[in-house]
Amino acid sequence: MCGIVGLFLKDASLEPRLGALLTDMLVTMTDRGPDSAGIAIYGRPEAGRARLTLQSANPEADFPGLADAVSRALGCEVSLRVKDTHALLELPADRLDAAREAALAARPGLKAMSAGERIEIYKEVGLPRDVARRFGLADMAGTHGIGHTRMATESAVTTMGAHPFSTGPDQCLVHNGSLSNHNSVRRELQRKGMAFETENDTEVAAAFISERMQAGESLGDALEATLKELDGFFTFVVGSRDGFGVVRDPIACNVAFGSEYRALATLPGIEAARVWEPEPATVYFWER
Amino acid sequence: METFDLAAAPLRSLNAALHSLKGQETNRTEWEVLNPRGAHAVAAGVDAPVEIRVRGSTGYYCGGMNKQATIRIEGSAGPGVAENMMSGAVIIEGDASQYAGATGRGGLLVVKGSAASRCGISMKGIDIVVHGDIGHMSAFMAQSGRLVVLGDAGEALGDSLYEALIFVRGSVKSLGADCVEKEMRPEHLEMLEDLLRRGEAEGTARPEEFRRYGSARRLYTFSIDNASSY
Repeated sequence: MCGIVGLFLKDASLEPRLGALLTDMLVTMTDRGPDSAGIAIYGRPEAGRARLTLQSANPEADFPGLADAVSRALGCEVSLRVKDTHALLELPADRLDAAREAALAARPGLKAMSAGERIEIYKEVGLPRDVARRFGLADMAGTHGIGHTRMATESAVTTMGAHPFSTGPDQCLVHNGSLSNHNSVRRELQRKGMAFETENDTEVAAAFISERMQAGESLGDALEATLKELDGFFTFVVGSRDGFGVVRDPIACNVAFGSEYRALATLPGIEAARVWEPEPATVYFWER
Repeated sequence: METFDLAAAPLRSLNAALHSLKGQETNRTEWEVLNPRGAHAVAAGVDAPVEIRVRGSTGYYCGGMNKQATIRIEGSAGPGVAENMMSGAVIIEGDASQYAGATGRGGLLVVKGSAASRCGISMKGIDIVVHGDIGHMSAFMAQSGRLVVLGDAGEALGDSLYEALIFVRGSVKSLGADCVEKEMRPEHLEMLEDLLRRGEAEGTARPEEFRRYGSARRLYTFSIDNASSY
């Protein structure tokens, strides 16, 4: 089951409302995925700045003093905003990798959720309404975003098992369906040096795409490769710096993208909109 | 006219009211449903000769298992619209999502826009008229009934077909296993004329513009020579 919602704004005047619109869509999808929820939201970039979101199982202990620790290690100014179990660090863009290393060295219990100039990922266990409230999703502005509500089938209900999964700078993946060859693909990727946090099948798909792109493939080619190498039922949505892409498996008998009109019913202008479904085994992109 | 606003009352009370009409002598024969907003199972399981107008788009399984009722959706319909319909009619002014009319045993399903994948999958007697296109794997394992498409058909049309009849006016991306083009005989033209009229497509298309597809009957009666095709 699971629910995927995505919103790519073409009308800039709606950008302040992105979080609020996505929240309505996400909450509507609660009965497709009441276990956990997550969002990747893409804000307007600030020149020379980057964002890092970090998650902690013990935020009271991990977050105080973290900005100072990273700032000292990097020798530059770092700001930190705590949002429930997550913290958003903002820092100079050229120090992003160093900042992540410094943060994880200072607080070994932290998990890096996302890194990039625009992306922020927040995800937690619980009802989508509660997760959205804890992170203040409704107040976030941005150009595009992806949300996921999870009904777990392949692995435990944990924060790290929730979607979206980061696949690289300013990139993330959400998935509806289940993969049947994820264990063998995970073993191959581990041999190539990829690290895994969970037993989750989607994390394998995320690592698969990351590994391909690290080897020089484009996002489109990496998505095409999922059609050949990954077995199972899937609809993938990949968020990128400038938009998002969608691909459905060749059989495409899993739920279609765009099948839940309920989640679209609250959007401005939906009465006049044309709603359509992607073809199987075809990669689609919406980008600026 | 009975008006039911789904923004003001829950779906279950609508469906309970419609179900209570079964076997009753009633003059409550005209119904209007406001604010469906993609709700699932709107007017599913109705068994009464009533007319229901849904003012907007519906979610999964609208008009499922319908008997006798005429349900008109003034918007688009989500997956599984009119699934397993027994009789009556479901008319969609917009588009239909996946598996429209799946396993339908009777009645008429009309889609004024296009239908997505698996339209008429395993249909067993329903008639379906689609004014636009249909998606991949439509009429998969269709057993009986008629599927009429004024536009184009997607991949693997009529795969593993039994005795349903398929008429397509536009192009067919590919035919599924054991589905072949067949000769259009006078009785088929007559049949099409009737279906186009009842499907509100009279004047939009003429019977002679269509091609007929059906089962080659090489697959569904098991033959050891076909083992590799199963």
